[in-house]
Formats: sequence, structure tokens, C-alpha cells
Amino acid sequence: MQLLINIVVLASIYALIACGYVLIYRVSRVLNLAHGELMMFGAYLVLACSSLFAGHPVMALCAAVILSIVTGALVYIFLMRKMTGEMVLAAILTTVALGILVRGVVVLVWSSQQQYPAQALGISNPTFTLPGDGHISLWSLVLVLTNLAAYGALFGFLRFGRWGMRMRAAGQNPLLAAQRGINLHGVYALAWSLSTLTGALAGILMALDSGVTGSMPVIALKAFPAALVGGLDSLGGALIGALIVAGAEVLLIYYVDPLLSDVVPFLVLVAMLFVRPWGLFGTREELDRV
Amino acid sequence: MFRPTPRASGYFRTDYAQDLALLQTRAERIGLAALVAILVTLPFVATPFLLDLACQVFLASIGALSLMLLTGYAGQISLGHAGLIAAGAFTTGILTREIHAPFWLTLPASALTGVVLGLVFGLPSLRLRGLYLAVSTLALHFIVIYLGGEYETKRGFSTGILIEKPSLGGFKLTDGRAWYFVLLIFAAATLLICVNLLRSRSGRAWRAIHARETVAEALGISISGYKLLAFVISSAMTSVAGCLFAYYRGVVSIEAFDLFLSIQYVAMIIIGGMGSLLGALLGAAFVTVFPYAIEALLKLLPNVQKLAGDIFAVNYASFGVVMILFLILEPLGLVGIWRRLQNYFLLWPFKYKPLAGTRK
Repeated sequence: MQLLINIVVLASIYALIACGYVLIYRVSRVLNLAHGELMMFGAYLVLACSSLFAGHPVMALCAAVILSIVTGALVYIFLMRKMTGEMVLAAILTTVALGILVRGVVVLVWSSQQQYPAQALGISNPTFTLPGDGHISLWSLVLVLTNLAAYGALFGFLRFGRWGMRMRAAGQNPLLAAQRGINLHGVYALAWSLSTLTGALAGILMALDSGVTGSMPVIALKAFPAALVGGLDSLGGALIGALIVAGAEVLLIYYVDPLLSDVVPFLVLVAMLFVRPWGLFGTREELDRV
Repeated sequence: MFRPTPRASGYFRTDYAQDLALLQTRAERIGLAALVAILVTLPFVATPFLLDLACQVFLASIGALSLMLLTGYAGQISLGHAGLIAAGAFTTGILTREIHAPFWLTLPASALTGVVLGLVFGLPSLRLRGLYLAVSTLALHFIVIYLGGEYETKRGFSTGILIEKPSLGGFKLTDGRAWYFVLLIFAAATLLICVNLLRSRSGRAWRAIHARETVAEALGISISGYKLLAFVISSAMTSVAGCLFAYYRGVVSIEAFDLFLSIQYVAMIIIGGMGSLLGALLGAAFVTVFPYAIEALLKLLPNVQKLAGDIFAVNYASFGVVMILFLILEPLGLVGIWRRLQNYFLLWPFKYKPLAGTRK
């Protein structure tokens, strides 16, 4: 039972992070390798807001979430907008450089020691016992529920929302979409802020559960295989990919070797790349050259 | 490689020997001689700190040149370069620890590891391109690092594998000056290998693959063969760099080979300028010297004590900024700046090259 809970929690973490990769990739074909750092930035924003709104945990959390949305939009407007239409490698490297920059700034401002936003906000983290002798902490439970809600909202938004439709159109054929009067820069900025939002939600909830350190982006890097296994342009795929990767990781750690933790997602990734590079539910595409 | 601009003023080759010569004009020969003279005298006047810096630049150059071969010329993106350096370093470390292997055994062994890993890293390139290839090399990087870490913990070297300084023909390499010359020779040899590879059949094949695979195949170039060849040669040279790195540092530990190192190498070829060996050298020097330059700059500022603990973070952040600036403002890198400078003086007092046929 505990094993099952671990898998579900880890899968939720991976899924919530992976949908950020998917959103940006689907809309603009850019792989955002700074996603982990932006996620960590969201978690640190909670720390900043908790001192700003002392005594109002809900206010602080809301402020952090809003700030992370703004961060995503700003990243697009000031940085990635210039990379629209550039080579794939250049765009990826820009995100890598952004990640390095964010990491440096975070360490400069908040130091690299482990910190606990939950304490700063004055929120406790009780553990529930589920039937079948499984334990789950409050914030892990919230994370699982948030994940489900986020996926529901994103599905609805992409399918029925006006901007969601524009995003799908821009992802399918940017040139045609632009000629039909869709504001491409607006769509891309929206994708970046949504992606940062989901990433920051994951970061914040993880930070509330177990604290935050400078090594948080590693988790996001491990969530990337989940996005790729499901197919880089498929939201539903990311959910299933996250389940597969998390399941493989938890089971292998439990039955084989705890040291494997860092490498399992990448083993799954390599296996997937050999068998079906475009993922379980992704569309097969002609890939760009350097 | 042989761009016509700077040397096109009335120099014509009249036989094949001239066509094959590496240095074609007297100015080039004098320039190279001067460079060699400077490089040879440098260790006798430089401080130990500068000597160490030069050694690091040479080490980085080997890695950057081999990555340039792979990414800049053959067009195969690799984000797993640190994994290959780690493979070379660990081969050296394991061989010296387990069987006390000497230098002349570990070096070829590292190269061999590089060849094997090059095949492994290269296999995905037969099916994948662009982004997906980058991701697969990234994954392989983590797997190599995991294997290294596993060895460290299982054998109880959790703080790193210590390696004795090697001896070459009864002469023990402990002196910084000796290391300088060894690394200089290796870097120069790598450069020579790269230059000659690129102007031969394989270099032309790589560039054709880079430009357009379908056309290259139609021209009769074996795509899979040359892709694998690029990976194998590049990673063999990188592993040799790893082996030298291990000996130079005297200790091998997985912490030294994180993702940031891979990114640094990619940054070298981006900052230096894609598709140019000179760019790889310039980029290697730039990225290696950069943190020391930042540190020196920080020392000039007031309130040094306050910032001293954060020097690492400052380095990190400013490295990110520099990379972004190069990507956005100067995608051609340092070589782009260098060529613009050359053209400026070459065309002076004109600003642009006159169009052919218009000067009548």
C-alpha cells in the first residue's frame, strides 16, 4: 500500500512538472531546460512572500503563484521572444543559460541551505494514515489533488477555451495561425506563463512538504523523461508517462538499489528513444537539424 | 576552413604540394613560429597560477575541439560531453587503482573506452535528430555518471579516487612546467588531427551531412557510417582529455562531472563560434578564464568580505548572463567578431565588399 502511495505521489510530482515541458514544446517547439530552475524560483517566491505577508499564509501563497505567472510571461517577453524562429539548439541553450542565471541568483539571494517555507508560513504538515497501513502527508495529498485539478483545467482550456484553441493552432502551424490573425507572441507568452505556473505549483507544494534546497531542479530534470515517454506534445501522454517513470523508479529503488534513484528515469528515456522516439501518444514529426 | 577573404590578394597555388600545405603564405609561417615561440617561453616567465590556468585551457581545448568536430561540423548535438570526460577519467582511475597501470596503458585504454562509448552515444543518432538526439546524449551522461558513482561507493572511494602522478620514461610528471608541455603537445596534436580530418574525405562528408542529410546520401555518403565515425572520433579524443584531466588533478570524483560541465563545453563552442576550430580554442580559453576573471573583478569591488562566500553563485549567474548575451547578440561567437575585425581592415577604407562585376 505504501509503495502504491509513493508511486502516486511521485507520479503526481512528475506529471505536474512534465505538463510544463509539454505546454511549451507543443506550442513553440522549444524544449525548456530552465523549467526546473523556474520551479525552484517559485518555491523561493513563497519564502519571500511569507516574510512580506507575515501571518497571512493564504495571501502569501496566492502572491507567490501570481508572481510566478508574471515571471513566466517576463521570461518570454524579454528573452525567448528573441529566440523565436532561431535554431533549435540556440533556443534550448538560451533556456539552459537562463537556468544557470536563475540558479545563481537564487543562491545569491536565499543561500544554498535547506529552508522550510512551511515553517515560515506557520503551516503544519500532518500525516494521515490511509486504510491498508499507508501514510501520506497533507501536502503530498494536496499535490496529488492539485495535479488532477491542473490537468482537468488544462484539458478544458485547450479544448474549449478561445485562447486554448489559439494555442493549439499556433502549435500546429505557426505561420498559418499568424496569418489568420492569431497573436503569436501573446500565445507563446501565455504558454510560458502557464508552464511556469504549473511548475511553480509543483515546486511550492514540494517545498511545503519537505523544504527547498538549491538542488531542486534535479527533480524537474528527472520529470523530463516522463514528458518524453508520453510524447512531448501530448498532455495526456505526460500523465501516463509520469506514472510509468514513477512506477519504475519506486519499484526499482525498493527491490534493487536505492542508488538507482537518479538514473532510472533516464534509463526509461533511453529505452523509449530506441523503441518509439516520439513517445507513446506523441505525433511523429520530421525533426529539425542543428 | 579555407575561406578566401583575407589571403585572396594575388596568391595563386601552382602545384599540388602548395595546395596540400597547411601553411600557405610566409606571413602564416612567421605567425605560427611566433606563436610557438611565445607558447614555449611562457612557462619560464609565468607564475604557477598562470601556468595552471594555461594547463586548464589546454585541457578544455581538447574537449572543445572534439565537441566542435561533432556538433559544429557533423551537426550532431551532444549534451553528454561531461559523461565522456568522466568515462576517460574513471577508466584511468580504475586502472591505476586496481592494477597500478602505467600511463602508457591507461591512455590507450581511455581512448578505447571513448570509442566504445562513442558507438553507444552515436547509435541513437541513426534514428534521432536535433532535440531528441540532445536528450538521448543527456540521458547517457547520467547513466555514465551513475556507473562511476556506483564504482566509487562500492569500492569505498566516496571522496574520490586518488591517482599518482604518472611517469614518462623514468621522468615523473609532478612539475607544473612539465605538465604544461605535455598538455600543450596533446592539445596541438588534437588540433592537427582535427584540421586534417576536416580537410579530408570524412570532413567533407560530415559537412554534407550537416547541411542536408538527404542530399548527402544521394551523393553516395554513408550517413550512418560517418555519423558513427564522428561520434567515435570525438568521444575518443574527449576520453583522452578525461584521462589527462585525471592525472593532472590527481583525483577523480563524480562531483567534477556534473551537467554543468557539459553545458560549459557547449557554451565554449557557442561562445567561440560554431563551425570553426579557432572558435573552439577561443571559446575554451574564454570559458576557462571567465570564473577567474570574475573573481578578480569582485576583488576590486568594496565589501569583498560580504561577497566572498557567494563567489560561486556570482560566477554562476554571470556565466548565464554572458551565455545569453552571446546567443542573442553575437550568434557567430568570438570568431564572428574576429572575422568582422579582419574584414574591416581588409576592406578599409570601404565598409562593404564591392559586388562582383560592378566596378567598371
